[in-house]
Amino acid sequence: MSLVEVKGLTKKFGNFTALNSINMTIKEGEIYGFIGPNGAGKSTTIRILLGMLKATSGEVKIFGKDAWNDAVEIHKQIAYVPGDANLWPNLTGGEVIDIFLKMRGNGNKNKRNELIERFNLDPTKKCRAYSKGNRQKIALIAAFASEAKFYILDEPTSGLDPLMEKTFQQCVLEVKDEGKSVLLSSHILSEIEKLCEKISIIREGAIIETGTLNEMRHLTRTNLVVKSKQPLQSIENMKGIHNVVVQNGETSFQIDSEEMDAVIKYLSEYGILKLESTPPTLEDIFLRHYENSKPSVPSGGSNP
Amino acid sequence: MNTTFKGTSHLIKIITRGHRFQISAWLFGIVVVSIAVASSYQSVYQNDSDKQAFALTMQNPAMVAMLGPGYETEDYLITVGTQFAHEMLLFTVIAVAIMNILLIGSSTRTDEETGRIEVVRSLPIGRLSYLAASIIVIAIVNLLLTLVTGLGIFVLNIDGFTFESSILYGSILGSSGFVFGAITALFAQLSDTSRGTKGLTFGVLITSYLLRAVGDVGSEHLAFISPLGWTVRTGVFIDNNWWPIITLIIFSVILLVLTFYLNSIRDLDAGFLPNRIGKNHASSFIKTTFGLVYQLQKVKVIAWSIGIFTLGATFGAVMGDMEKYFTDNEFVQMILSQVGDFSITEQFLSMLIGIMSLISTIPVIMTILKLKSEENSNRTEHFYSRAVSRNSVLGSFTLLAIIESIIYLILLAFGLWMAATIMMEDSISFVTIVQSTLVHLPAMWVMIGITVFLIGNVPKGLNVIWIYYAFCYIVVYVGGMLKFPDWVMNLSIFEAIPKLPGEEVEVIAYVMLFVLSVIFLLVGFIGYNKRDIYG
Ligand SMILES: Nc1ncnc2c1ncn2[C@@H]1O[C@H](COP(=O)(O)OP(=O)(O)OP(=O)(O)O)[C@@H](O)[C@H]1O
Ligand SMILES: [Mg+2]
Repeated sequence: MSLVEVKGLTKKFGNFTALNSINMTIKEGEIYGFIGPNGAGKSTTIRILLGMLKATSGEVKIFGKDAWNDAVEIHKQIAYVPGDANLWPNLTGGEVIDIFLKMRGNGNKNKRNELIERFNLDPTKKCRAYSKGNRQKIALIAAFASEAKFYILDEPTSGLDPLMEKTFQQCVLEVKDEGKSVLLSSHILSEIEKLCEKISIIREGAIIETGTLNEMRHLTRTNLVVKSKQPLQSIENMKGIHNVVVQNGETSFQIDSEEMDAVIKYLSEYGILKLESTPPTLEDIFLRHYENSKPSVPSGGSNP
Repeated sequence: MNTTFKGTSHLIKIITRGHRFQISAWLFGIVVVSIAVASSYQSVYQNDSDKQAFALTMQNPAMVAMLGPGYETEDYLITVGTQFAHEMLLFTVIAVAIMNILLIGSSTRTDEETGRIEVVRSLPIGRLSYLAASIIVIAIVNLLLTLVTGLGIFVLNIDGFTFESSILYGSILGSSGFVFGAITALFAQLSDTSRGTKGLTFGVLITSYLLRAVGDVGSEHLAFISPLGWTVRTGVFIDNNWWPIITLIIFSVILLVLTFYLNSIRDLDAGFLPNRIGKNHASSFIKTTFGLVYQLQKVKVIAWSIGIFTLGATFGAVMGDMEKYFTDNEFVQMILSQVGDFSITEQFLSMLIGIMSLISTIPVIMTILKLKSEENSNRTEHFYSRAVSRNSVLGSFTLLAIIESIIYLILLAFGLWMAATIMMEDSISFVTIVQSTLVHLPAMWVMIGITVFLIGNVPKGLNVIWIYYAFCYIVVYVGGMLKFPDWVMNLSIFEAIPKLPGEEVEVIAYVMLFVLSVIFLLVGFIGYNKRDIYG
């Protein structure tokens, strides 16, 4: 069963179209990555999922219920972490966590205290005295101590140090082991790569790519480094070869997946001494979408 | 080369541009009301016996407590400037002080809180430049106010409005306001939040007012430790003393030197008032929506409760003097017989209560507005991303505002009654006083209703409520004097409230007010449920 079902979601702020006919499906037990440049519409999508903004058109369902009309009912099973947790300056961190847990209706006291330990937080300080990372921890502790079915995390690790980021990743994996779902929006691509099975890339209010990391890799270029007995001839003119760099007698370039076969056959004629292949990182995939930012990248298509 | 103040002139432009609407609105409002009221004096109180009657009214202790000591009786015969100054000066100064507090508060601690000063400090700009620029801007605003008001009332060409007197009148406004700007700047160094900064300065403003009130009626030395005590001691239009102006300016400069010193030795974002260790767990009260909403405003509610009670008690205390004043004075007794069953004491009482209930409306409106400022700081998303409905959040803010309105009016009555009972021989019963304050509830609820309506439907135009409030205030305070037409007067919701004790309660009007507030609330709630929440 799909937990989240978004169909043809459009959101306008006055004349400005922030989201243009977005589709999105999140299944139970899935960790879903949501990436895109600044101002692409990630937070707007999340605020619509949370029933804070009203969709201009389209259908948004969570647990089979309408995200706008049944917001309160849905939120009993949802935990949300904003990217910049603004907390009430006069309350302490501990008080805020308790209040957040109570607002959802159920929360696990032991889990709360355990998480405070794990995230190494002093809960007796007033919120105004916390650093950015510490404020973020409060939101994370409140989220993971709640017994939610679905976690919505909007850049949850901004400001966390590497150690705490690791703790965060453990928490996400534990939640996943319990069969719960996560929507993770982040600019830290290594984090998405590590945690998410499925990824959507959004740009200028439209989803331009959705799939598993493997599917996306398949559609993208692989990095190759080659050393050969005879110098490679006019390889940059071959179909599907990009960004050729010759250095220390080694040639490195990127290659479109569907041309792999032909290129390897061609290379073998030169007597290969060394051949290293690295799959494209999410960053490679993402940067490609950035770089080709001609306004009309066909949706789903990835090769130029 | 000393670079402590580098870039100040550039920052002056930025700060001015950022606040140009507030600055223009305040200047325009204060100047226009001052000039309009001054020109209206040409036509009122024409003959000498009118002036004498006015003088007697103004010299009674309640009036002195409210407006300052005024002049000798014969001075009122010399020029209408005396009447103008006695009635208008102190309250105009309070408006100017509020302008200074808000403007300085926002260009010092608020800008620091929001990180704007951090960005500026990272540029090649001196450490004290931002503070210096804010002070210079407010100094220029006060100077403009001084000149425009002074020249404005001078060119009206009213008898007794000499050039010196007119400029002195303007200077009182500018210099008194500037003191409160300086106090705000000082508190902006001590407190590490803008709420704290403004709250503390408003506390000083109220304390100064009360000290002056007690001082003016009784022991004068008390009035001399209050800046507002100096404000009302220039004898403008008669004696034209300039020493209060000089004292106010010297005092401001001393405060500013201290402010710059504290600013230069403290860290960015830090204050000097201590932060205590807090609790690990939330009490079960603040875990409820209403409990949290109250917790967020607790300090404000308590501060206003104390302030309103003290204000009530201060006026209650002078009721005793007033009683003596009336029985000792044959002339007043003559007028007294003309006004029917109710004594002048009681008539003053109803007027005082009218103004004080308007003042008590301020914190009530602020309570509802807090919801919008929470949204602006991205804190309502903590409610709405969890299982809390919009009705329960808006409902909690509304309920708190309603409870506050009742508490404030009861405290006001209690303060008045308690002090009056101690000081007066024929005391007024508590029931009479509490009735006279509580009759204002429906009007306050309409104000709550309008604010909720705006939050739900026109969140960007929320400040309309303050414009309407200012209008109601002007109607109550000078509407009669300016001879506003009836329909204009009736636009103020507070005009529908009978002046108790004295007038009759009209049930129909009450039902109407009640229905009106319910309609505003309903439309407000419906709008709030339908609109986008931005943070
Ligand atoms: N209330 C609003 N009124 C008008 N435009 C808005 C509003 N909120 C967001 N936008 C616009 O919608 C677009 C999407 O914004 P959104 O906050 O969803 O981006 P984002 O993907 O979360 O970016 P980031 O990575 O910087 O967080 C932006 O261009 C933004 O300017
Ligand atoms: Mg965002």
